[in-house]
Amino acid sequence: MRNARDKGARGKGIGLGLAAWLAGILFFLPIAWMVLTSFHSEEDAATNPPSLAAPLTLDGYRDFFGTGGGASPWPSLINSTVASLASTLLVLVLALPAAYALSLRPVKKWTDVLFFFLSTKMLPVVAGLLPIYLFAKNTGMLDNIWLLVLLYTSMNLPIAVWMMQSFLAEVPKPVIEAAQIDGARLPTILTRVVAPIALPGIAATSLICFIFSWNELLFARVLTGVVAQTAPVFLTGFITSQGLFLAKVCAASLVISLPVLAAGFAAQDKLVQGLSLGAVK
Amino acid sequence: MTATANTTPVRHTRVPTPKTAPPSNRLRAWATRAPLLPALIFMVAVTQLPFVATLVISFFDWNALYPDARSFTGLGNYSEVLTDPDLRKSVLTTILLTATVVLASLVLGLALALLLNRRFKGRGLVRTLLIAPFLLVPVAAALLWKHVLYNPEYGLFNGLLHWVGGDSAAQPDWISNTPLLAIEASLVWQWTPFMMLILLAGLQSRDPELVEAARMDGASNWQVFRHLTLPHLRRYLELGALLGSIYIVQNFDAVFTITSGGLGTANLPYTVYQSFYQAHENGLASAAGVLVVIGSIIIATFALRVVSSLFREEVSR
Repeated sequence: MRNARDKGARGKGIGLGLAAWLAGILFFLPIAWMVLTSFHSEEDAATNPPSLAAPLTLDGYRDFFGTGGGASPWPSLINSTVASLASTLLVLVLALPAAYALSLRPVKKWTDVLFFFLSTKMLPVVAGLLPIYLFAKNTGMLDNIWLLVLLYTSMNLPIAVWMMQSFLAEVPKPVIEAAQIDGARLPTILTRVVAPIALPGIAATSLICFIFSWNELLFARVLTGVVAQTAPVFLTGFITSQGLFLAKVCAASLVISLPVLAAGFAAQDKLVQGLSLGAVK
Repeated sequence: MTATANTTPVRHTRVPTPKTAPPSNRLRAWATRAPLLPALIFMVAVTQLPFVATLVISFFDWNALYPDARSFTGLGNYSEVLTDPDLRKSVLTTILLTATVVLASLVLGLALALLLNRRFKGRGLVRTLLIAPFLLVPVAAALLWKHVLYNPEYGLFNGLLHWVGGDSAAQPDWISNTPLLAIEASLVWQWTPFMMLILLAGLQSRDPELVEAARMDGASNWQVFRHLTLPHLRRYLELGALLGSIYIVQNFDAVFTITSGGLGTANLPYTVYQSFYQAHENGLASAAGVLVVIGSIIIATFALRVVSSLFREEVSR
């Protein structure tokens, strides 16, 4: 009796496992198709019905990198790297002390300050875009990568303060107090006690800031042109892509998504915790 | 936006300080506050000041192509914006787009989270496959849907129809026929993994003994789901809905890439972008921007309350 019930449960378990696999494959199918298409010649990519057996080629990637004619994506990839890394660094410099003050020391009305940071995240980007554009135009900052660095910092700083606040709050207070009693000074406490516990969280925060900066389109589209163009802006060049450029579009999209895909896969768990502002542990 | 932060009633961890603090105390208070200042000043300068400027510009009749004709019109821009049928349509589009995408991705994400919460062979790999859509650069994802999936001549969808139905199979032009749905589908595909991740974290934070005990008492799957799982997931569902809304209300990439705002898919961010970037109507664009902010404040007040209740639980733990 009990055995039969177990067997039934196991059968159902296998069925649900299969359902999960099916869902996973279904969600991944568009990306798998994109990968396959990126390795096809443009002629084979644009057939209907699609051909699975078409020979593989690197032409799409060659075209994308400009060796087969067309604009080189390298300047835009370098711009994206500079903008994302520099703004992540600036976020860390600004957010770490703030998060430290908010989590470890009693600052009056600290929750109000936290909510102020969060509320700026709800301010739509378009609400400040025009003055920023006019400012940039009048000061000659248009098409300048460092303006993007500043804006990306403001975009990510609230999230970073929230996340780091929650990561730093995980450092047990008694441990810090014990270190203080033992005569440890602030730098020692920070490097020996706080850093080991909070470092994985800080790394995750940096990763998320990097991803958001790398992905951003609206600011970059409005405020950059030729010189400071970022990778997503480069991709918008394919929006009206007509006819035989499918392999190139796929190759471009995949190469430009690669840093985000790699970073995201590497930090799946911390990514959730970070994206939910530390509320989900 | 500062207003929202100030009206949020969260004062549960007040530190008692004497009214007349001696100088040394005041000094120490400043020392504790000091690390906060750079971040605060930076945020005010980069986000609040431009908004104030937007507010000022919104009272002017100002087309960038005729800078000399700039003049004060008071609320003129606002009445023009509010009576503009295109703008009213884009308000509706924004609401529809956000609600559809958030709800659909929450429901799908919940189903996937429940599937992934059990042990099966290759669970880690399936999870990785499911997360991938969320990790594609948004423009790249939009391009994928526009060209690789939706294209009527060589897109995958019509290719599959061709495969299944033979030469006489219908070959719909997805984007032209159902433009808003086309955008929504791509966004649901991108956001379902995000919802799944949050809800999965929620499910895994649940005490497994509770479910065990309920099962011992003869509770059915549905009863466990209805009376244990769902109430436990409530705060995670709220959090997912809130964070999803914040990002999808502001969506620009998908609308810009897939339809360029055409065919009645222009949402508010796209409309504001267009009115100053293409039509050069600075005053009108600013008024529209301010209206977007007012709408966001209404959502945000509600949203911040949700977060603060989550947060309060966290603090009191």
